[in-house]
Parts: sequence; C-alpha cells; structure tokens
Amino acid sequence: MTSIAENISESYYENGQHKFLLNMGPQHPSTHGVLRLVLEMDGEYVTKIDPVIGYGHRMHEKIGEIRPAQSFLPNTARMDYVCALPYNHGYVSLLEQAAGIEVPRRAEFIRVITVELNRLASHLLWLGTFLLDLGAFTPILYCFDDREQVLDLLESLTGSRLTYSFHRVGGVYSDIDDKFIEGCHEFIKRLEKRFITYDRLVTGNIIFRKRSEGVGVLTPDAARRFGVTGPNMRGSGIDYDVRKAFPYSVYPEIDFDVPVGKNGDCLDRYDVRIEEMKQSIRILKQAVEMIPEGDIKSKVPKKLKLPKGHTSFSVEAARGELCYYMVSDGSDVPYRLKVRVPSYANLSSVAEICEGMLLADLVAVMGSFDLVIPEIDR
Amino acid sequence: MDFIANLPPHFFRIPIALTLILTLVFVNALIMVYLERKIAGHMQYRLGPMEVGWHGVLQTAIDAVKLMSKQLIVPDAAHRKLFRIAPLLAFTPAVLPFVVMPFAPKLQGIDLNIGLIFILAMASLNVMAIFVAGWASNNKYGLLGAMRSVSQNIAYEIPILLSLLSVVFVVNSFSLGDIVGFQGKIWFIVLQPLAFLIYFVSSVAETNRAPFDLPEAESELTAGFHTEYSGMAFALFFLGEYTEMFIVSSLATAVFLGGWHGFPLPFFEYSAIVWFLVKTYILMFFMIWFRWTFPRVRFDQLLNFSWKYLIPFSLVNLLITAVVVKL
Repeated sequence: MTSIAENISESYYENGQHKFLLNMGPQHPSTHGVLRLVLEMDGEYVTKIDPVIGYGHRMHEKIGEIRPAQSFLPNTARMDYVCALPYNHGYVSLLEQAAGIEVPRRAEFIRVITVELNRLASHLLWLGTFLLDLGAFTPILYCFDDREQVLDLLESLTGSRLTYSFHRVGGVYSDIDDKFIEGCHEFIKRLEKRFITYDRLVTGNIIFRKRSEGVGVLTPDAARRFGVTGPNMRGSGIDYDVRKAFPYSVYPEIDFDVPVGKNGDCLDRYDVRIEEMKQSIRILKQAVEMIPEGDIKSKVPKKLKLPKGHTSFSVEAARGELCYYMVSDGSDVPYRLKVRVPSYANLSSVAEICEGMLLADLVAVMGSFDLVIPEIDR
Repeated sequence: MDFIANLPPHFFRIPIALTLILTLVFVNALIMVYLERKIAGHMQYRLGPMEVGWHGVLQTAIDAVKLMSKQLIVPDAAHRKLFRIAPLLAFTPAVLPFVVMPFAPKLQGIDLNIGLIFILAMASLNVMAIFVAGWASNNKYGLLGAMRSVSQNIAYEIPILLSLLSVVFVVNSFSLGDIVGFQGKIWFIVLQPLAFLIYFVSSVAETNRAPFDLPEAESELTAGFHTEYSGMAFALFFLGEYTEMFIVSSLATAVFLGGWHGFPLPFFEYSAIVWFLVKTYILMFFMIWFRWTFPRVRFDQLLNFSWKYLIPFSLVNLLITAVVVKL
C-alpha cells in the first residue's frame, strides 16, 4: 500500500466520491498508546487504513546486542508492560536453552503461576478497555478492581506491579509462601464470582452483542497470511497455542483446554478471551497443588557463556506467540537479538479486515484485538 | 403610573419567570453534574467527588469557577464568529421552554395554547447549535460529530412528536396546563404506556445522552462537536445538555406522569412543586443510570432503531388512539 500519510490535510474526489483523510492518533482515546492511523474516509466509512508506528521506539533489540545477556532482562518487561512476565519467561528460557542451564522444578512452577496470574491481569485490562472502546464506562472500573488484586499478589512476591524482572536465569528471584498461595485461592474464588457479574453486565447486553456479532471477521486464511497468533487467531477457529503445540516449562503436566472460536468476529475473540481466563484459573489451581518443594534457583555463573550459534524460544504471551531469536558469537553479549512480538502481526491484519467499515466498528475491532503499542514499536 | 397598569400582565410575568428560570437552570446544572459524578462513582466502586465541601458538594461550583477563568482558545482555521456564537446558541434555546412549563398549578410562566409545540420547537434548535459548533471549528472530528447530530435529531424528533400527539388527541389541547389538569384521576403513563416508552427512549437520544451519545462519542471522535472548545464555551454546551435533560424529563413528567399531581405532603403546604421535581429527578436518575450501564450503539443501528421500530410503533399507537377517541 502506498503511504497516504503525506497529504494529510487534503480531501479529494475518487470515482465521483468525495473522500477525506482523518488522522486518528497518535493522541486518540482509543488507540491505547501512541499508534497513529491515517484513515481515508468516505463519510463515516473507512475506505483505507494506513497504520503509522514507531512513536514509542526505544531500541530494545539494539540494547540487547550491546550489553551482557542477563542485563537485558529489565528491558523485556518494558516491551509489553501489560503482560510482562511471559516476556521474562521467554527470555530467561532462551538463555537457559543456549547456555544449557537446568532449572529446578519448583522454580518452573512458580514461573507458570506468576505468568498465568499476569495473563489474567492482562485479559482483565483488555476486557475493560474493549468495553470502553464500545462506549461502556463502568466495566473498566470493575476490571481494574479485580486486576488490582492480581497486581497486589504479584507485588507481594516480585516487588513490582507492572515491569517485573522476576524470572531469573536458572530460576526465579524469590520463593512463594503459604500467604501467597492463600492469596491465590482467595483471588480465584473472587474472580469466579465476578465472571457471573461480567456475564450479566456485558455478555447478555443486546447493545454489546449488536456491536460485536459479525463485526471485524478475521478469516482463518487472513489470520495465517498475517501471522496473527494468540486469542485473535483462536477466535478465527485455528487451534494453535504455543503451550500445547510446542510445550515448554511444566505446561505438559497441567491439564487445560485451548478455547477456539468459530466465526472470527469480535464476539468470538471476546468469548475466547473470557474462556482463556477461566482456563488460566484452572492452570493456577493445579499448579498451586502440584508445586514441589526444593530450590528456586540453580547455580548460574555471573558471566553467562553463550556458545556460538542460533537459539530461539517461543512462549504464549497474553496477545499471542512471543518468540526470542538470538545469534551468539561465543561471548556473553548476544550478537543479534530479535523479538517477534504478537501485536505487530495482529495490527497488520487490522488494516485489511477493516476496509469499508464504519469508524465505530474500526474502534471496536482495534479494541477486540488487544493491541499494546509499545510492544509493536519496541 | 397609569401606563403600567395598562400593560398586559405578560409584560411583567415573563421577565420575572425568565429570571427565576435562569436561576433554576444554573442550580439544576450544578446539582446534575454533582449527581452524575456521585452516582457514576458509586456505580463503579468509587466515591466520586469527596474533597470540596461535605462529600464534595461544592465540587461543581469550584469547577465552574475554574472553567470561567480559563481562556477560550479559537483555532486559527475556525470561523471566528460562528465559533463564538455556537455555545450561546446551544444554551439560549435550552432556557426558553421553561417559560411554558407547568411546575405547579399557578407556577407557570405563561400557559400558551400551543405550549407543547413551543417546547418542541425550542428544544430542536439545539441541533443547530451543535452543527454550527462542529462546522465552525473546522475540525474533522467536530464535523463528523455535527453530521451525526443532525441526522440523529431528525430521526428522533419524529417519534417524540408522534408519541406526544397521541396524548394531545386524548386531551384535545396543546396547552400543558390542560394536559396536566386532565391527569387528576389517571396518569397518561397508564393510558399510553407505549407512547411514554417511545418518548423516553427518543428523548435520551434527543439529548445526546449515552447510549445514544454519538455526536460526542469520545472513543471514536475524541470529543465530537466540542473537540475544539475550552473554558466557559465548553461549559455552556454542558449547561445546555443538562438543561435539555431537565426539559425532556419535566415534559415527560407533565405529559405522562401527572405533572404536579400527588397526595398532599404533611410537612409542606405547597406540595405540588415537590412532586413535580421529584418525578423529574427520578427520570433524570434513569438517564444517568443508562449512561453508566450501556455500551454505545453504532450510528446505523441508531438510525435503524428510530426509522424501523420507534416511528412505525408510534404511528400505530397514534392510529389506535385516534380510533378509540373517535369512538
């Protein structure tokens, strides 16, 4: 697509239709961050979308190439600050795979517990903002209230609320205690009750259903072409979850389902995410029971030795498949570090599926895709 | 002093009424903004304003002072005159309908024989102000909001008129005093429940309140038609909006909920005005409740809802009423 961003102030005629360009963002309430969309509009209808990204570019990948591998860990949490722990998890697993470090089982369980808690926090935030995009103000406060409980739990364990550096090479930073496990149980009980509230408040609401049913259909073919992953892809009916397809950590030992949608519209993506939250709770319940006693960190040298070669590691982040790819030249500083983030592919499909759509629907689709812009810009 | 005695009574009555009405409008806006924030807060597990005064009751007054002290920024590309006129246009017609509003048996500025039509005519001027505001600010979001507002108001004024007409058919008068007087025994909400429902839904849309707040849909159009407005000009739009809410609710009270009728209160001699205000504020509470519960409808769904459901149903209702009245 040729860039239509250059002549932003112009309006013109095309095939007898008067079109104009609308600059949506980088400061717009529903782009959730500094994303800019240049829209070619025909009245209320969007005929062409040109996403302009890079406003939040912070050179994370480059930073990964100029400092010792372990020092990059805080940066991973700052790419996707909404769901930072899978980023931690992916990166430390990558380094462990490259350096051949064994991780104690207890540490792996703690990782899974914290990652699933973080996934719940992320999906709760998405639920609130998605409904905010549809014009409902109240659910976001309810979701924040629940999310607050997760963040408090994680804060008590990791010391930070958003940008964690909790997973360390060879283990985790601190051990969980009975109080944390009790807090987990309390939170699970509370959230299960809250799902009933959300169901009553949102799922059955006729305006919500009218706004989301059949809107923004992502076909399985388009999902494959753009490399869409995560709940967005599963909403289109493709059964692919990294936790099942390429099992890592202790996920193979835990029993959970991968919810899959049918039509690929906003409602399916909503249903898939809600169901995923319930599955996360299932994982949490089992992991808390199954957690063995033992060390939480194995002995790791201060200076990691990364053997020459390529390594890659994929995890399932809240938004889709997150893949770290590292080329090492034998020193403790990676030669090249590439992060494959899910939101980038997800955003690129929005431009196609939203053509010819009403402006209000575009906002709804963007909301249902759960984009995190700093993750795209990196 | 003879000529004063010779002047028609309206000459004194209307200025006094307008003065009182202006006071009422401002006080109402203060109360409504406070209520809106407080109710929204409690619906969302928050407290709402708490800092200024007891439980934040003075918060809106302080906010008004702040807004008045702010500069009105006029964008370079805006049409300067129209840009400044638009907020006044939004506010002035919103005040006038109160002149014919029957608050209590003798508390009515003037009982026009076409009172109902006067109110509808004045209330529909609001859309012009919104369009002028959106057009003059030379902002694409503003223009989109203004366009939405025009088609929305055209679509929803018709069901309002039709549902009110079915009441007029029964009473055989456009005078609001007559309509309220007719409801001494039975309220029109019992006789015309469908008309009331259609009227209330349409009036929520007419006042641009959620879930029909498309002209200012902030998740799509940032702020819609008042994107470029700041300070008191912005506040005037909101004053207009809350006054419109008051108008449609008090009109619903007068036409459907029996106006000032209600059993006499033991502790207050002049209970008619109390009943009128209580009914009006209950209706406004429902409007606030809607806003903090429902998502926003889409533009085409909004128009379809009016043209495909509300207007046909109100026409059928009108037809049935006409036949019954004729019999």
